[in-house]
Amino acid sequence: MVTKLKEVDVVIVGLGWTGGILAKELTEAGLKVVALERGAQRTSENDYSLPNIRDELRYVVRHDLMQNTARDTITVRNNPQQESLPMRRLGSFLPGEVVGGSGVHWSGHTWRWTDMEFKIRSNYEERYGRKSLPDDMTIQDWGISYAELEPYYDKFEYTAAVSGKAGNIGGQIRAGGNPFEAPRARDYPLPPLTPILASEMFTNAARDAGYHPFPRPSANASQPYTNPDGSKFGGCQYCGYCQRFGCEANAKGSPHMTVIPIAMRSPNFELRTNSWVTKVLKDSDGKRVTGVTYTNVLNGEEFEQPATIVLLCAYAINNVHLMLLSGIGTPYDPVAQNGVIGKNYCYQTGAGATLFFEGKYFNPFMNAGGSNATIDDFNSNWAFDRAPHDFVGGYVVAGGFNTPLPIGYRPVPSGTPQWGSEWKRATAKWYQTAMVINASGSVMANRYNCYDLDPTYRNAFGQPLMRMTFDYKDNEHKMGGHAAQTINTIAKSMNPTRLNPASARTDPWTVVPYQSTHNTGGTIMGTNPRDSALNKYLQSWDCHNLFVIGANVFPHNSAYNPTGPVGALAYWTADAIKNRYLKNPGPLVQA
Amino acid sequence: MKEQREDQGKDQAKDQGFDRRDFLKTAFVGGAAAAGGTAGITTPEIAQAQHPAVPAAAAGYAFLNLDEAAFVEALVDHMIPADEISPKGTDLGVNIYIDRALAGAWGKGERLYMQGPWKLGAPSQGYQLPLTPAQLYRAGIEATNAHCRKAYGKTFDRIEEAQRQQVLIGLSTGKIAFDSGLPVRVFWTTLYQTVIEGMYSDPIYGGNRNKAGWAIIGFPGVIAVHRDDVEKYRGKPFPNKPVGIADMS
Repeated sequence: MVTKLKEVDVVIVGLGWTGGILAKELTEAGLKVVALERGAQRTSENDYSLPNIRDELRYVVRHDLMQNTARDTITVRNNPQQESLPMRRLGSFLPGEVVGGSGVHWSGHTWRWTDMEFKIRSNYEERYGRKSLPDDMTIQDWGISYAELEPYYDKFEYTAAVSGKAGNIGGQIRAGGNPFEAPRARDYPLPPLTPILASEMFTNAARDAGYHPFPRPSANASQPYTNPDGSKFGGCQYCGYCQRFGCEANAKGSPHMTVIPIAMRSPNFELRTNSWVTKVLKDSDGKRVTGVTYTNVLNGEEFEQPATIVLLCAYAINNVHLMLLSGIGTPYDPVAQNGVIGKNYCYQTGAGATLFFEGKYFNPFMNAGGSNATIDDFNSNWAFDRAPHDFVGGYVVAGGFNTPLPIGYRPVPSGTPQWGSEWKRATAKWYQTAMVINASGSVMANRYNCYDLDPTYRNAFGQPLMRMTFDYKDNEHKMGGHAAQTINTIAKSMNPTRLNPASARTDPWTVVPYQSTHNTGGTIMGTNPRDSALNKYLQSWDCHNLFVIGANVFPHNSAYNPTGPVGALAYWTADAIKNRYLKNPGPLVQA
Repeated sequence: MKEQREDQGKDQAKDQGFDRRDFLKTAFVGGAAAAGGTAGITTPEIAQAQHPAVPAAAAGYAFLNLDEAAFVEALVDHMIPADEISPKGTDLGVNIYIDRALAGAWGKGERLYMQGPWKLGAPSQGYQLPLTPAQLYRAGIEATNAHCRKAYGKTFDRIEEAQRQQVLIGLSTGKIAFDSGLPVRVFWTTLYQTVIEGMYSDPIYGGNRNKAGWAIIGFPGVIAVHRDDVEKYRGKPFPNKPVGIADMS
């Protein structure tokens, strides 16, 4: 028995950054909006507060803010020949499940992806020739330009309190910022965070090596701040509990303390938590969607929520899953290479070194999501010639710390025993006197890296799990080798007492340990319905009143973290709905 | 002083090839036989009355049985020996942490997708056993003890330190294969991770007693603010007085 509810203007599936932004923008435009969030309501005051939020076991190890794989997960395999098996617990990536979504537990790194990504195929073909790209590398242009997105990046940065230093304002290169970034209209809303010793040492070494280090732009307010919507931020406390945790200082830009409370003050908005959407419903001719069905997970009751517009704003993986479960668009077939839903799943790659400096106190527990320094010389720097190295894409390198809490981080030089007095002595000696240099690398789309529905395993609602087929290809291995070399050159120039050098990964992608919650693709945006699921406004080519927002729209993955363009595209889509779609409901781009 | 005496008692009992576990097992049998006549007197009371020098587990066990408790105590004291860096594993409460973790939601498989079919899969596919962490622990201890009996004629807790070291090397490198078919690496990974958690998680979970785990590395714990410390302690040691959740609650 499904209870059919009264129709609303807009139903939003998932209330994180994208759902929150659209909820705020569309309620302000006068639309009646209902948001369905599978997680619970939690607040900074009541949940992310001292001392309980400082609990590595609960939040990092036991995944308190994350999705529960007992209820729904994916199955995984490295290639189509392998039998896919369920990811029985989280590991490699950590999607959030709470009001605010992954926007609660992110670190805040906020990048502007440029035309290097948006016009990737055109760029490489123009410079290196058509034949330079491997046949199975299914990268394609996104159908959008940096110039179109610039005002929306700006809007997101000012909403989320991004601290950083501009490197390029209106084409003028600024000292101390990223000289390779695309031109921006104005600087970040806040100056960079105070650098920690490790990032200073990395900065000096990278500069001496001829690179262009700069403080990593992050939504960690470097000082108290009120954003243009009136949301109030405290200054970052460098507490070290950033990634995986909600911020008790409200210094980390998060949807639960910005856009969501604003939407919630509107009489046009209703939030239903513990509401698990199982399907998007299509009308009889399949040209429109009519709403969604969902289950109240507190009692199992099922509802149909009719809506004029449906917005999928869940985590990237879940958006694709819902599209496949709902039969919207043609599922992608990697053999025949037709269909689009599930196509171009991408991830990220990386390499890292640990540097040990006897007697130097880094105090790794004093840091913020944005207190590392970064170089972009091998990513957005198009002058870096990829031809001699034979890879497409790039990587950024950063020096400092990432969640250096003691259950997960106790660096010791290679060859140290894993237990006993010698191990304890090494742990005691090096915890405070080591630092890390890491690279984060892009992953190019590949024909065989994709999603579809698993034939065997089901979730708690009796629906097929989604199947992820993914592995790194030669391109990523070559890039990883280059990144490791860059890291090691910088690391050695710093003369550490001991060095655990970086090495390129050559083993298959694995579901453990944690790597990156930057899963992209599956319902990609593009210029035509033959090779993409959505047009440049993230509107479904098949059903014009369905928009799908999130990193699932990226046709490939860059070295940068995804939240910058995810936030910008949410504002971009909100504007397209408000200013264009409402006036004339229908396809915003003619196929 | 008390702790020291208890340790001596324990060592003495072990030297005689008779430890707390043997005693409790015997006491239980005796207690059961005499149940009709001694109602109201519990096994621990008997134990304490008759053998005051034999230590009780610090706070009692919620999951581990006697064999498992002996294994875990021996394991954590071997991996974390008492030295100039820290007290030994049981004095840090790592055994208590492990017991509580196994008895609790995590041990019972909370958040674990537990639907079949079950296949071993490739290592890249992660955990694939049809066991909760508590069941895995139980099966792993049993398999390790079976290996120890076969190799040394005694269970893990009764073999020499050097033999324990050999066993842990065998488990960590995968050189030991369990007759039961349990994948040794999966067991070792879980075992190791829980020992680390018991050393370094907040003391509210039963381990890291007196924040002595955090003290090993100079981790300050539940610090509220570091805004001014970033400049003040740049390149200098931070005064290490770790604070736990309970200290601020």
